Amino acid sequence: MSIRSALLASAVALSPLAAAAQDMTIGFSQIGSESGWRAAETTVTKQEAEKRGIDLKFADAQQKQENQISALRSFIAQGVDAILLAPVVATGWDGVLEEAKDADIPVILLDRTVDAPEDLYLTAVTSDLVHEGEVAGQWLVDEEAGNDCRIVELQGTTGSSPAIDRKKGFENAIAGHDNLEIVRSQTGDFTRSQGKVVMESFLKAEGGENICALYAHNDDMAVGAIQAIKEAGLKPGEDIKIVAIDGVPDAHLAIANGEMNATIELTPDMAGPALDALAAYKADGTMPPKWIQTESRLYTAADDNQAVYETKKGLGY
Amino acid sequence: MMGRALLRRIAPQLVILAIVLALNLMVFPDFLKVELQHGRLFGNLIDVLNRGAPTALLCLGMTLVIATRGIDLSVGAVMAIAGATAASLVVDGHHFLTAVAGALAVGAICGIWNGILVAVLRIQPIVATLVLMVAGRGIAQLITGGTILTFLDPGLIHLGAGTIFGVPTPIVIWLALGTFVAIFVRRTALGMLIEAIGINEASSRLAGINSKVLLVCVYIVSGLGAAIAGIIVAADIQGADANNAGLWLELDAILAVVIGGNSLLGGRFSIVASLLGAMIIQSVNSLILLSGLPPEFNLIIKALLILAILVIQSPKVSHLLYILRASAPQSARKPLPPLKEGQR
Repeated sequence: MSIRSALLASAVALSPLAAAAQDMTIGFSQIGSESGWRAAETTVTKQEAEKRGIDLKFADAQQKQENQISALRSFIAQGVDAILLAPVVATGWDGVLEEAKDADIPVILLDRTVDAPEDLYLTAVTSDLVHEGEVAGQWLVDEEAGNDCRIVELQGTTGSSPAIDRKKGFENAIAGHDNLEIVRSQTGDFTRSQGKVVMESFLKAEGGENICALYAHNDDMAVGAIQAIKEAGLKPGEDIKIVAIDGVPDAHLAIANGEMNATIELTPDMAGPALDALAAYKADGTMPPKWIQTESRLYTAADDNQAVYETKKGLGY
Repeated sequence: MMGRALLRRIAPQLVILAIVLALNLMVFPDFLKVELQHGRLFGNLIDVLNRGAPTALLCLGMTLVIATRGIDLSVGAVMAIAGATAASLVVDGHHFLTAVAGALAVGAICGIWNGILVAVLRIQPIVATLVLMVAGRGIAQLITGGTILTFLDPGLIHLGAGTIFGVPTPIVIWLALGTFVAIFVRRTALGMLIEAIGINEASSRLAGINSKVLLVCVYIVSGLGAAIAGIIVAADIQGADANNAGLWLELDAILAVVIGGNSLLGGRFSIVASLLGAMIIQSVNSLILLSGLPPEFNLIIKALLILAILVIQSPKVSHLLYILRASAPQSARKPLPPLKEGQR
């Protein structure tokens, strides 16, 4: 990731676009810092802006839409060159986005989309939650090809969109592979402690030796489950294969230690692709697609997870 | 309390617990199997005792607070603060006993804060403790710096995930503390003084009870219980999760006290019955996990079971049962014990 960004950064710096990017001022309205991932996204956005010589004006909305709207209005009043918006909710943006459009300020959505006419924003940079589940499922399909494999699933918070979509994606990927079967599925609320508690009950209800793999909707639950597996006297990563989603530092550490097998990264670098699209738009009016999907990269033991851990540790996760 | 009186007091809780455990056994035939695996007791029954530890520790203090006609909504947040304190102290290289002492001190300070708001400033307990419930997670976030603060100190981890003679440490902790508190309040006059405050604070003060000091003390006990629960929860996952540690657990603790047959209006209380209430709640949780039903049903099942338990315990239904028993044929009828003063 860092190599790719570095290459991109130098490409930007060497190209004629550099002059345009040099003196841009961009406003960034962030939701808040409710999770480690969100904090990392803020850090990476600031880094990406600095790399490109952009003056980034940062506004933390503390989970409130009215704060975001007033931040956007103040960005418009200051006459910024563009606005990055990580919207806290999907609805209620039409008015302020029209104000930005009237002022000729392009708005780029980060991480989440909004229910507003498409012409009101330049593009949305988000991950595809269903795709993340599919990458996880595909990894297990390849890993266990030909073997019978009973899978247990730790779902996210019941009813939340990541839980629904990551479940759907995984089921899509293993559909048609009769050797793979989800035998138990229960919510672990996206937390370590519930991940551990629910895994304990899975181990007893099914018998540890009858479980071949664990799919967790996020890394935190997987980290909790790893401890439950160890306390049951089994080897996580060997006796029970573990795949999860997010790519938080502790998951990379677990893979480096051989206690986990794979994680699919939800990249905190949403701003990099956004700023690249913006630079192209500012230079010669290239319209980016309305949706830029970030890469859902698979990390396994084949990657240098220790190094990734060291890089990510400082991002505020 | 005499042995037989105690047994009569906790009989409804024992029956309910037996029913919920039987339901567990029905959905999972191996439920009662306990075996020694790698020097550690392993089985669903052990899980119920182990996972019920935080609620059990919270309901010790909660029972006393409720007996004074109060309530402590802040215990979940205090758990998060205590866990964060312990984790940050061991991460800074302190000995784990220092970390535990620090977390306990923080719990006691939180209790003193609540106690002063209630006893000295006379703020209603539900409002007074709401302050810390809301602010507490913010304080815990400040301590951990917004991340899950992980640690590898074996001494601290042992308190949550270790075993003593094969028994998981949290079980040993809550059984020991539960026994101590239950005996202490009944072998001294303390329990009666607490009940006196709950029944009528003005007259108990006139009778010479220093109600202010006693009120602050029960909130300190509640804070200490929460701190121990917070240490256990953090040690269990080897990290302090300020966002989620003890989230909504104050409600479980209150529920445990209610299932234990204690009145929210204060007065007579039973620690043992509350602890059984905590185990009943955990058995319900275990039943949900073992049933294998989709998670969308979790809260519905829990609500229905709790509703059934509370209906069975309601005064109307117990009166009905009493009448049924009284009108049973003479041969099947035991002589009714004389009603003691203050017995509900």
